[in-house]
Amino acid sequence: MTDAATPPSPETARIRPPRNQWWDVWDQFKIHRGALAGSVVFLAIVIFCFVGPLVWPYDATYIDIRSRNQGMSWAHPFGTDQLGRDIMARMMSGGQVSLAVGIVAMALAMLIGTGIGVLAGYFRRIDGLLMRMTDLFLALPLLPLLLVMSMLFRQPLSAAFGVETGMFLLIVTAIGITSWMPTARVVRGDVLALKEREYVLAARSIGTPPRRLILRHVVPNVLSPVMVSATLMIATAIITESALSFLGLGFPPDFPTWGRLVNDGIDYLQQYPSRAMLPGVFISLTVLSVNYIGDGLRDALDPRIRGR
Amino acid sequence: MSGPRPLVEVRDLKMHFPILGGILRRQVGAVKAVDGVSFDIQPGETLGVVGESGCGKSTVGRAVLRLYEATAGSVIIDGEDIAAMPAEKLRRKRPTMQMVFQDPQASLNPRMTVAGIIGEPLDEHTDWPRAKKLERIYELMDAVGLNRDFANRYPHAFSGGQRQRIGIARALALNPKFIVCDEPIAALDVSIQAQVVNLLERLQDEFGLTYLFISHDLSMVRHIADRVAVMYLGKIVEMAPVGVLYDAPRHPYTEALLSAVPEPDPSLEARKDRIVLKGDVPSPANPPKGCNFCTRCPRVMEICRDIDPETVQIAPGHVVACHLVTQHQTTGATGGTEAEHPKHQQGEVL
Repeated sequence: MTDAATPPSPETARIRPPRNQWWDVWDQFKIHRGALAGSVVFLAIVIFCFVGPLVWPYDATYIDIRSRNQGMSWAHPFGTDQLGRDIMARMMSGGQVSLAVGIVAMALAMLIGTGIGVLAGYFRRIDGLLMRMTDLFLALPLLPLLLVMSMLFRQPLSAAFGVETGMFLLIVTAIGITSWMPTARVVRGDVLALKEREYVLAARSIGTPPRRLILRHVVPNVLSPVMVSATLMIATAIITESALSFLGLGFPPDFPTWGRLVNDGIDYLQQYPSRAMLPGVFISLTVLSVNYIGDGLRDALDPRIRGR
Repeated sequence: MSGPRPLVEVRDLKMHFPILGGILRRQVGAVKAVDGVSFDIQPGETLGVVGESGCGKSTVGRAVLRLYEATAGSVIIDGEDIAAMPAEKLRRKRPTMQMVFQDPQASLNPRMTVAGIIGEPLDEHTDWPRAKKLERIYELMDAVGLNRDFANRYPHAFSGGQRQRIGIARALALNPKFIVCDEPIAALDVSIQAQVVNLLERLQDEFGLTYLFISHDLSMVRHIADRVAVMYLGKIVEMAPVGVLYDAPRHPYTEALLSAVPEPDPSLEARKDRIVLKGDVPSPANPPKGCNFCTRCPRVMEICRDIDPETVQIAPGHVVACHLVTQHQTTGATGGTEAEHPKHQQGEVL
């Protein structure tokens, strides 16, 4: 019966063959208004940060002391700072770093969190070990840890990759490995419930090995909570980075990031409130748009919500 | 047993779930979900397993397919012992034995399309090109009576009966010989139950399947099964061909179960003697000392509380584990027939 595979009959050909499921996801994503708006805003911010510097005449570090503390004008749409540097240019290059830190740190944290959560939930034997490790990381005080990390690794990393890349790696790793724990906990809980579901049992009765079983049945079904923490994580990462830079543990002071621009602007909040507010608005917009994208993506990935 | 070699031979299967307690989480006891079950299933035969909730029916089904690691005993399917097989060999053996699950909602991954679900066994065990797999998926959907257009839909878009058909198609994908049906109709409406049972019967004729049909619906089991095993608290108390078991049950528990089957004719129903068992099933973590059924048996004797009855064969293919039967056989010379049993000593006659 199996061997007698007949060539597709004309009747079969009429039926549309199963298409890639990502098309279904895209179809649903398209009709989620918030997600579309979020994507447009996020794309605009990315273009502003990465394409902007190519067309904008000013450099982020160019000091023109004569035109310092200017308000908004055509020459400097966002004004200039106390050293006469163009704020728009600083926003652009600061955005590059902040976005990169946010996204990479989020990806790292999600990867570690989901991985540890799934392993702990699925394999009973290593559950205790992994969860106690999670507790350990949760109990670690963040700032002293970062202090030690930056003290230990700043020099070698700077020597190996250059100051900026070195600091980027350090910050991203620091944020990533100190913020995966909530995700791991949530994912573990979900996996514990999921692995008792009958479709997981069914997959085992088919003979699916654990690796593929996890990737095919477990991970897709814990995607929703991961998605939610991922979108929140980007915001946290951008803000943590600014806190680190403010404490002198992050990027060098003259190196602009959104968080640092906010911190710099706070000193001038009375005279030039826009200086702190503009980067703040950009951070908020990024977070908001990413949240909406995550929301839409979560809905689009769930067939039960799809099509409503 | 005589005749050809059985497809499935289960010997003394035990499935004990440990109870952990204390600070050190040491084992302080065990839930004896299945405690020494033996049966054979001939090729092409359907063995029905009945019993009340929590008696270990489903656990037997799952342990037979080694979805649980059995505590003891052997399960020989098609000449090979499943219970002692290394993992990779077991994986390659999986195509011969499949399972249909109770809850069609929970047994299908909500994030996979019907084609994906039915095709999963093919992905795991064949290296066919995509077109051939798809052709096979359509073939299976035809076999279980699903429209081919449904291939791209997700499980939530189907009714219970259709979902169960998807589950059956998935079980059929690799041409299994043996299918464990774990209460496949319990979650369905009555009208749909008949459809699904008829489908299972048709598929059995078509593909020569062997079923282990687990259910608590006695009339449905009577309809589909060739032989029936009655389970109580992890043990088989009586096993017989379907006609014999329903017409002349020997174990008091079987009698009680059968008396609870609703009778379609109201005048008969009113006259029927119902044996209502008192009390609850004892905990499988702490079963009674003697016969498992002695706490509720309407015809309990002194010996039942002390000694666990042996399983004896009283006729070809009819085995019972009860002191009433055993004593009868030993004192058989005095010519006692079962009609002489004093009926319902503890049980209430309604």
